[in-house]
Amino acid sequence: MSTILSVKNLSKTYDSGHQALTNINLDICQGEIIALLGPNGAGKTTLISTICGLVSPTSGTVTVDGHDIITHYRQTRELIGLVPQELTLGAFDKVWDTVNFSRGLFGMAPDPEYLTQLLKDLSLHDKRDSMLMTLSGGMKRRVLIAKALSHQPRVLFLDEPTAGVDVELRKDMWQIVEKLRASGVTIILTTHYIEEAEEIADRVGVIAGGELLLVEDKSALMEKLGKKQLRIDLRETITEVPASLAEFNLSLSDDGTSVTYTYDTRGERTGITTLLKAINDAGLGLADLQTSQSSLEDIFVNLVHTES
Amino acid sequence: MNLPAVKVIYLNEMRRFWNTLLQSLASPVISTALYFVVFGAAIGSRIEEIGGVSYGAFIVPGLMMLSLLTQSISNASFGIFFPKFTGTIYEIMSAPISFFEIVLGYVGAAATKSFIIGSIILLTASFFVELRIAHPWWMMLFFVLTCISFSLFGFIIGLWADNFEKLQLIPLLVITPLVFLGGSFYSIDMLPPLWQKITLFNPVVYLISGFRWSFFEVADVGVAWSLLMILVFLLTCLGLVWWMFKTGYKLKQ
Repeated sequence: MSTILSVKNLSKTYDSGHQALTNINLDICQGEIIALLGPNGAGKTTLISTICGLVSPTSGTVTVDGHDIITHYRQTRELIGLVPQELTLGAFDKVWDTVNFSRGLFGMAPDPEYLTQLLKDLSLHDKRDSMLMTLSGGMKRRVLIAKALSHQPRVLFLDEPTAGVDVELRKDMWQIVEKLRASGVTIILTTHYIEEAEEIADRVGVIAGGELLLVEDKSALMEKLGKKQLRIDLRETITEVPASLAEFNLSLSDDGTSVTYTYDTRGERTGITTLLKAINDAGLGLADLQTSQSSLEDIFVNLVHTES
Repeated sequence: MNLPAVKVIYLNEMRRFWNTLLQSLASPVISTALYFVVFGAAIGSRIEEIGGVSYGAFIVPGLMMLSLLTQSISNASFGIFFPKFTGTIYEIMSAPISFFEIVLGYVGAAATKSFIIGSIILLTASFFVELRIAHPWWMMLFFVLTCISFSLFGFIIGLWADNFEKLQLIPLLVITPLVFLGGSFYSIDMLPPLWQKITLFNPVVYLISGFRWSFFEVADVGVAWSLLMILVFLLTCLGLVWWMFKTGYKLKQ
């Protein structure tokens, strides 16, 4: 697949001295959906804003469909639609007018037919003559999406599209994304919900502290996230795991007072029952049990640790 | 050139004008009528002619300039300040549009509004005093250039201001005094000699003088100076806006 968006060695340091992005490298293929996952303040919005022209990069380059975003900003921006995180809309404009405004702003001739269909797809058609300030938060979110799609972009940025959105709209949003993908639009969305990335993305990038820590196929990442660990504290100290427990791949703690078992929650059998029985058979006494999941947070911590 | 973008920005700005038509048009008409009642009829009748022009007619160009300057600045500054304030400017900043096209849309609309308001004032004035326009083309030139350059200036204020207070600051503290002291209501010959000299540092004097000359052929300074001053002001504003977009001043981080 051809690359539509390419970010090379991109860094951004704000005037305040805050380094928001550090040496980001990312290639995005045409037609894929990539989710950028990360906690608040990770640099997700800065990355998107830089690509869209709202923030000037300190160093590095970004190309969209082979055009540089600074020297050929007209070509790149025509291809891009942006749905911002905040509900930034004028108060007194009507839905229909604001969507037409956006289309014109991106250099496109008016096309009432396309825009009517767009509003219908987003369940906005019966609100077309409503003033923006009278709309609910969810409806405003839809209007922002309609504005971003008004010029038929090939790359769509969704900055936390489902933050503060109810379940119904979230499902609608995912359907909209699915439909856009079918029409060949490349989608880059940011989120801090792992479920969201799981639901719709092909690839997931993890950002923390301004660094892109990893970009992986969703399935690979989910496998890591699906792992759970069971720590078993023993009554007595042992120096090595008994041979009868070899099949469980237990890891023994340094002080020999506990063993840890790793299993896949999505597997057909976790193997916990058999393990506990085997431990009992081996004559070891249990002091305590504790399970933990490798959460997104843990992955961050692990990644940041290996980085430094 | 992204003409559809210029068009939608222009029409969007003009829509605000039409939506508040009553306020947009009634207020200049009413205030002009009041000025004429007070200065033209009540006080003006006791003031002798200036350069062969009755006082009521003499103040028409100054009165127009007063409105053009304040209206241009307030329309243009509000037009760009509001999207900055609400955050909707993100869309303009991420659109395939150059600084010149943005300026053309916003400043073009603000200048058009001022032009309409100025024309209405002129029309209103013609009901109160006998007007003659000696040089209509010069009058049009000064009229249009003033609308454009002060709308540009307002645009700069709108870009620079990051709160409502700053938005009002320059018009209130700088423009209003300069206009009132710039000979809107008097000829600078009427001032003591020292003040005549000081007044020449007020750029608005040149605007009003040139504009008045195009009506009555009565001027405080040479008409060439007037034209030069307004062109210098226009180019300075254009350069400043260009620099603001180039560096992303207050727009981009």
